[in-house]
Amino acid sequence: MHPAPSVILFTVLSGAGFGFLALLGIFGATGTAAFFLWGLGYGLAVAGLVSSAFHLGNPRRALLAFTQWRTSWLSREAWAAVITLGLFAPQALADWLGFDWGRGFGIAGAVMSGVTVFASAMIYAQIRAVPRWHHWTVPLVFLGYWATGGLVLGGVAPLALPALCVLGGVLALHWHFGRRAFARAAETMESATGLGGIGAVSVFEQPHTGGNYLLREMIHVVGRKHAERVRMIAMVCSVMLPVIALAWLGGVTGVVLAALTHLLGALAQRWLFFAEAEHVVGLYYGQRGGGAASG
Amino acid sequence: MTCLPARTDRKLGLVIDLDTCVGCHACVTACKGWNDQGYGAPLSDQEPYGAQPSGTFLNRVHSYAVQPDEMPAQIINFPRSCLHCEDAPCVTVCPTGASYKRAEDGIVLVNEDACIGCGLCAWACPYGARELDQAAGVMKKCTLCVDRIYNEALPEEDREPACVRTCPTGARHFGDFADPESHVSRLTAEREGFALMPGMGTKPVNRYLPPRKKDRPAEASPLAPLLDIRAGGLAGWLDRVLGKI
Repeated sequence: MHPAPSVILFTVLSGAGFGFLALLGIFGATGTAAFFLWGLGYGLAVAGLVSSAFHLGNPRRALLAFTQWRTSWLSREAWAAVITLGLFAPQALADWLGFDWGRGFGIAGAVMSGVTVFASAMIYAQIRAVPRWHHWTVPLVFLGYWATGGLVLGGVAPLALPALCVLGGVLALHWHFGRRAFARAAETMESATGLGGIGAVSVFEQPHTGGNYLLREMIHVVGRKHAERVRMIAMVCSVMLPVIALAWLGGVTGVVLAALTHLLGALAQRWLFFAEAEHVVGLYYGQRGGGAASG
Repeated sequence: MTCLPARTDRKLGLVIDLDTCVGCHACVTACKGWNDQGYGAPLSDQEPYGAQPSGTFLNRVHSYAVQPDEMPAQIINFPRSCLHCEDAPCVTVCPTGASYKRAEDGIVLVNEDACIGCGLCAWACPYGARELDQAAGVMKKCTLCVDRIYNEALPEEDREPACVRTCPTGARHFGDFADPESHVSRLTAEREGFALMPGMGTKPVNRYLPPRKKDRPAEASPLAPLLDIRAGGLAGWLDRVLGKI
């Protein structure tokens, strides 16, 4: 799949932003610090949501995306995001201005922010035609980055360290299942064309000499050959370096370094998430499982 | 609405005969021609005469070499377009309600006025039936020529999809799969028509007819006897002498 920068930024920034907001919602902040911390959370989440509009062909109709929540995970995500941001607003105000409103809004917002990230993940996990995505580890990875991102940005080392370790495990699990995902879907050129009963199928001539939307959007092959290296970068940056920075460096420097490397690693992971995912339509073009076998 | 209808009164779709298709791409051209001039945004091209021409098409004809165990390979031309699935995943993922499946005839359509061009429906389709038009920014797909098949301004023989109407070998058939007596239902039953990637759970309506079995494989190559060459005369003598050295 084509790793569109707008979608990568969207999922990474909004994931980390919602995680940070959830942390603030539960634990809170006070005074001027509250203003800037809540501002950072809102900034990240909203920047992510805005960047998602850039991959639309007709962004001016984006409000229509709220209409089909009965069947569409994308629509559900839109609702969940708006409800989440709305729930956090009174809590942020109360923290900043010192109103004693309890943490009800914050905790409700934290729960809804998890629901939002889960809905984001389901946009991908629901798609059967991309076997690597159609798996229960996909929501786990998104929720893992949500929780870990919030804790790392907040510098809550006692909780962030175990969360980072869990995230590492979840990533390993996700990649492990991803390796065999295309083979498990059991779709081949023979099943795609229905000609397997006659013999082995290969491309004799492509249907068009130029590129097309399908090739650009769904049969992206550039990233797959670097998959192993990007996987390494993702694991080192989003898990190992933040652990080192938080456990040994500590202090503000440690938190800033941990947050930066974690986000960098998250970007690498998300780039790979798109770049190495294969769509079954590639079978019609003879682009079968090259990445699945090696990655 | 992106909820799929529980059932459709009719199931309009295509039968594509892989035995008869000669891969001339006339259906591709007729489709592009018809869908350039009426229903929805025209199918645009980018750099049609430039270095990297590209464009939106609703129908693509692949060509495959299929290699049986003990026979020469067969070339099979394979038109690929929307299969108007009963469980169309492209419809349910749509966030705006632009994608829908009609309850009356099962045609899967896009309301372009509501399409935000997010591309999620194209991801959801296992068959690559949808292409996002780069000029209009809206999703395009086969409409089964909904603006022809019910169009009383057209002569009766033209009230079928442009690809079917134009096919010079009669490899494409249009009809109602819900009616067991229809032309397409009978063809599917007689020729063991099959659906593409049934494992994807989409329940396609369109059916493909497999190529007929080669009934005279021994005579497949008229040149075969010529391959067993026995030289005579001087050449024969040379052949024998050289063979002994």
